[in-house]
Amino acid sequence: MSDIELKTSGDTPARFALELQGISKSFGTVRANRDIDLQVPSGTIHGIIGENGAGKSTLMNILYGLHRADAGEMRIDGTPCKIRSSADSIALGIGMVHQHFMLVPRFSVLENVMLGSEGGGLLRAGRGATLDTLKRLGETYGMVVDPNALISDLNVGTRQRVEILKALKGGARILILDEPTGVLTPQETEQLFEILKVLRDDGVTILLITHKLDEIMAVTDNVSIMRAGTMVGHRETAQTNAAELAELMVGRKVLLTVEKGPANPTEILLSVDNLGAVSSRGHDVLKDMSFDLRGGEILGIAGVSGNGQTQLLEILTGMRVPDRGQVNILGDKISKTSPKNPRELREMGLAHIPEDRHIHGLVLDFEAQENVVLGYHRDDITGTGALIDRDVINTHCAERMETFDVRPSNPALNAKNFSGGNQQKIVIAREIYSNPRVLIVGQPTRGVDVGAIEFIHKQLIALRDAGCAIVVVSVELEEVLGLSDRIMVMNDGQSVGIVDAADTDVNQLGLMMAGISQEAAE
Amino acid sequence: MLDFLLQLLLALDATLRLATPLILCAMAGIFAERSGIVDISLEGKLLTGAFVAAAVAAITGSAWLGLFAAIGASVFMSLIHGFACITHKGDQVVSGVAINILASGMTVIAGIALFAKGGQTPHLPNESRFRAIEFYGVETLNNVPVIGTIYRELISGHSLLVYLALVLVPICAFVMYKSRFGLRLRAVGELPEAVDSAGISVTWLRYRALIVGGALCGIAGAYLSISHGANFVREMSAGKGYIALAAVIFGNWRPYKALFACLLFGFLEAGTSRLQGVDLPLIGEIPIQLMLAVPYIVTVLLLAGFIGRPTAPAAIGQPYNK
Repeated sequence: MSDIELKTSGDTPARFALELQGISKSFGTVRANRDIDLQVPSGTIHGIIGENGAGKSTLMNILYGLHRADAGEMRIDGTPCKIRSSADSIALGIGMVHQHFMLVPRFSVLENVMLGSEGGGLLRAGRGATLDTLKRLGETYGMVVDPNALISDLNVGTRQRVEILKALKGGARILILDEPTGVLTPQETEQLFEILKVLRDDGVTILLITHKLDEIMAVTDNVSIMRAGTMVGHRETAQTNAAELAELMVGRKVLLTVEKGPANPTEILLSVDNLGAVSSRGHDVLKDMSFDLRGGEILGIAGVSGNGQTQLLEILTGMRVPDRGQVNILGDKISKTSPKNPRELREMGLAHIPEDRHIHGLVLDFEAQENVVLGYHRDDITGTGALIDRDVINTHCAERMETFDVRPSNPALNAKNFSGGNQQKIVIAREIYSNPRVLIVGQPTRGVDVGAIEFIHKQLIALRDAGCAIVVVSVELEEVLGLSDRIMVMNDGQSVGIVDAADTDVNQLGLMMAGISQEAAE
Repeated sequence: MLDFLLQLLLALDATLRLATPLILCAMAGIFAERSGIVDISLEGKLLTGAFVAAAVAAITGSAWLGLFAAIGASVFMSLIHGFACITHKGDQVVSGVAINILASGMTVIAGIALFAKGGQTPHLPNESRFRAIEFYGVETLNNVPVIGTIYRELISGHSLLVYLALVLVPICAFVMYKSRFGLRLRAVGELPEAVDSAGISVTWLRYRALIVGGALCGIAGAYLSISHGANFVREMSAGKGYIALAAVIFGNWRPYKALFACLLFGFLEAGTSRLQGVDLPLIGEIPIQLMLAVPYIVTVLLLAGFIGRPTAPAAIGQPYNK
């Protein structure tokens, strides 16, 4: 499987709690897992790291019986086994703490823990035993919870403990935690890690799924790295570092060269000043963000996804109100006290190509011609009267499709029937047509085929040369490197630094993505 | 004073009789809805149960066979509902309405085909019905003031099915809150993912909830046609299934609260029929149409927010997709 020795607990020869071989799983045409191999020594904390969409959750759902693998073999403690349902995996001693807790909010802790292992037809039969187990587990692992409290009254950290208790009560010897820290405060995360270490020392094997490098470094013994549905490497945590992991996670793609001349920056069109945002759970998701952007310039924003890029995009496009600081844009300003909505910003000359075209870019059940005017439907492109003139939008859409090479060029086709690349072209056609002075782009080529990528890049460069100020957020390092004039790297809601694209490379960016400052990275 | 007491007792007595099908249907509704299935088809199951009970009782002469046939038929309707909206993840309201329309049409067609009486079933002799049960000691206690009257008028003298309905409420509450089945049932209506990840079949749980509900609706239907009434009349459920559903919501999906709601609706209905044609001081005689509308108006007002916000099971109406 791998050429490195994985660290095991104690002096016993490597005994694997879990072995996977050749696991594959497709959803329709999407191959979520491809030929996955994995060996997890028992009594260790094993990290599985990868970006969002790398296939980590799919793999864990297969392990837990929520999905069934198309191919591959599984061995628990060396014994081959078939897992067809959650009941099977529970019986094999696998417990899972889901990213979205599987706890009924209106039930008490006790009721939730009992669900599925009630101990008899009447609840009375198993109640005493469950209470005892809860008490014992709580005291052993430092997770004391009031069994009669309603889940809805508990904070997120405590709910998570209930999930862990539930899994342990069910007899779990292998515990899977899927992105367990996403909803936790730093203090709660610390406490969780302490609990995990105690569990490990007690012989429980833990699989920690995350996309956060620092967590892997902090708590795991071994780590496996996933990218785009495949397992790309296995490391002993002590023998690796955040930079190497970041590089493995993001991967080195075939270099896409983007042909572009030197930039001719004009006046500052967008300036961000000490911007900050707080999540609904009260975490800082964006901190002290400042940068300037001139017309005729592309600023690329790199970083492992989930480090504040989405929030930054939302603020810049009027979808989220900043909690601190302000944005000066085209002579106007956005702040907590004077927010602007997306329509106002659009009328000022800002256009937005959203990160997720299916959610914010297109109405999938609308026709292409309707999607091409959405957001601009008050303008004359829908005809001059009060009603939408279908002939006018049809002609308009046909023209756009021709210019942007959208295939099939049928304005009446529903958006969902186009391929990813063509859907993206429809969005781009719409946004570029308005001749924006500032363009905000999230993941310009996610899920787009190679031909379309080149086309989209050319369009963005052309727009830059026409004097537009462009922000491009992308998880594809090569794309950011190729497109941008300057690159800002984000980590944990903050800017790690801004570098000239001409003076940097993937290595430096990878280190910065791991949170290592620009100077240290050089 | 004694006359007032008698009047009140008669009204309460009527309340109990009118509330019985509501109580049974409401318990059925609680089972279905707590499992996450919207059960607008209570009405259709009630009507089916009523017809089958009357038809089987008329043919066989046995009230008990009528009752069991009604339960079977109503459970069958539940299974259709389940097949459409659990197995095939169809829209629960549409499926429910379809069942109501099916029941409304099929009962009349089958009635005409079997008995050729314009959709009615033949009038049943008393021995083919569930008759009022006189309790032991009514005669003896008759002379005791107040208590004797209460015993005679209110407590004794109902059909077996009325008592059954009242006994079923605490049983339902017990099953719902004290049994493994109840715990899983409540969980599957709140967060089916949690039930699935605990290794329990969401589908089978929901089917079982519907089967229990179907059985309860069957009893309610039998009560209408072979206990309270003596034959089946087309559309004899007359919206009681919907009122029961309102009682479920009014009762916040809890058995005892729903029982209270059913009794309230039953009392309103009993009261209105008693007040028909009576000259009230100041107001005069209230039009009968208005009186008939009162239970519905009260329902709307109560549900419009006079009872605080009911909290429905969180996953109600959503088919479970892995």
